[in-house]
Amino acid sequence: MRRRIVATVAGFGVLAAAAVLLAPLAGSTTISLSRAFDRSIPFADNVDAQVFFVARLPRVVAAALVGAAFALAGAVFQALLRNPLASPDTLGVSAGATLGAILVIAFHLDISAFGVSSIPVASFAGSLGAFGIIYALSIARRRGTSTTVLLLAGVALTALLSALNRFVTLIADFTDTFRSVRWMMGALDVGGYREIMAALAPMLVAFAIIFSLPRVLDLVSLGSEAAEFRGVDVKRAERLALVGASLSTGAAVSLGGPIPFVGIIVPHIVRLMVGADHRVVLPASALFGAAFLIVCDLAARTLFGPVEPPVGTVTALIGGPFFLWLLFKRQR
Amino acid sequence: MKKKLRRIAFLGAVLSAISAYSAVSAIAQARRVVSIIPATTEMLFAMGAGDRVVAVGTYDKFPSGVEKLPRVGALLDPDVERIISLRPDLVVLYGTQQDLRTQLERAKIPYYPYVHKGLSDIAETIRSLGARVGVAERADALADGLDRQIQQVRARVAPRPRVKTLIIFGRERGTLRGLDASGGYGFLHDMLEAAGGANVLADLKTQAVQMSTEMVLSRAPDVIIELHYGRDGRDTDLAAWNVLGGVPAVRNKRIYVLSGEEFVVPGPRVGGATERLSRTLHPEAW
Repeated sequence: MRRRIVATVAGFGVLAAAAVLLAPLAGSTTISLSRAFDRSIPFADNVDAQVFFVARLPRVVAAALVGAAFALAGAVFQALLRNPLASPDTLGVSAGATLGAILVIAFHLDISAFGVSSIPVASFAGSLGAFGIIYALSIARRRGTSTTVLLLAGVALTALLSALNRFVTLIADFTDTFRSVRWMMGALDVGGYREIMAALAPMLVAFAIIFSLPRVLDLVSLGSEAAEFRGVDVKRAERLALVGASLSTGAAVSLGGPIPFVGIIVPHIVRLMVGADHRVVLPASALFGAAFLIVCDLAARTLFGPVEPPVGTVTALIGGPFFLWLLFKRQR
Repeated sequence: MKKKLRRIAFLGAVLSAISAYSAVSAIAQARRVVSIIPATTEMLFAMGAGDRVVAVGTYDKFPSGVEKLPRVGALLDPDVERIISLRPDLVVLYGTQQDLRTQLERAKIPYYPYVHKGLSDIAETIRSLGARVGVAERADALADGLDRQIQQVRARVAPRPRVKTLIIFGRERGTLRGLDASGGYGFLHDMLEAAGGANVLADLKTQAVQMSTEMVLSRAPDVIIELHYGRDGRDTDLAAWNVLGGVPAVRNKRIYVLSGEEFVVPGPRVGGATERLSRTLHPEAW
């Protein structure tokens, strides 16, 4: 059993590693790799090196992190809420992050911190705000809040925040409205490593929490009675899962925007391929999510050129048919 | 009998001619104009018809005086009820506002559909809008002046080599994310070409291009111009560009910030804006 887990995860690892290594080689322009890695040319004059290290590599790294974070958050939310439609957007964390970003765009706020520009800071703060509301609700009752209540609260919070988002977008200046809409479609061209490092810190905390939970998630996804019967402290486990998945979502949205589809579909694709054991599903989702978003972003920046579609539309364009195909294959 | 019929037909023709004339003159004497587009509001004021404007759109800021006028929405949210209650005899609206057009037709209020196109269309719009409002002569003079102004800029930079230029009209503050650039279509592109620049995105026939950093590196502009309007201009952080040292404009420190609404409003001030662009690109020519 253990060997099977290692082999499966290793397989996904190879896929993700290949994506990270190969994706920076292609782009909308052609560059000479030997020139890009030629140390004798000063970096400031080496356009090929700048294309590789400033334009492409941060983008691929950001795609890997954002893809992994969304996929992991989706896998956890689906287990925690016992609902196949759950995604990183379900509990309102994503909508909170979006509100933060849109407020900065519409009102030209400057809240940059630690060398990170205002929009990522604001969207992360927004995600924490939304998470705070949900978390407060989940601990409000001593016996724990049922997943149905949590789910409904998430739907209500998402509706409320989305309404605010639309309102702010509409009252904003013309060009700011356009920029808000564009931001909501997601973008990975981060143009440097500072914001990646900033998002990496909360992501690592979130990943550490989530990877401590696979056994518990297996039990929780069967129902809290079953889990309690097996001696699991369900309340504590559910709260931990909530914290981990929300933190992961907030960090991912602040780095790449609310890119749809990855968080809901990648865990399902992985489960269709490897089964429901969270010891495999969690690492495989992270690795497949990373590879999937890298490939979608690669498609966005190479296939359609020179003007790229937002990566959020490509995730659905590529992921949708792939998922349908997988479903049909299973049915037969 | 035949004679009688002919007489009735003649009478009918005369009557319809009179009514047609009165309809034309009603339009020609537009006294209460609602203009919800910043560009046409500026045109109306510049052609001396500002006193006939009774309401403007949400985004109208120029010239001074418009801030006192009632606001009746904009492209996405026109307030039809308020527009009708102001009893306008002409509403200047975007050609794409189909719902508003239908509603005004039902209320029998004439409208002028505006279409946003290139630089040369601005003078054309001034002429036709002036004719519609009934100040054709002054509008023609304004349009001629604008044409002349742009022609003078063209003549001044004609002997100079064209400068490869990138026009950025939006990005996230402090980073190079979300770069919005002018493509090879629209009045910004036309202004740049008239000012002696060569748009590095001229091949992309669209007004706005969402640019990646890779694209900036590959298009290698000699000059980057950042346009700002409203609240943003004063604290533009040009240091963000330094990561792209391979771009000639960055290497040679030829990144400029120009602020002013005339770069976003295709109205009568585009002549001055074109001159400012050309003074930035070709300071030695002025």
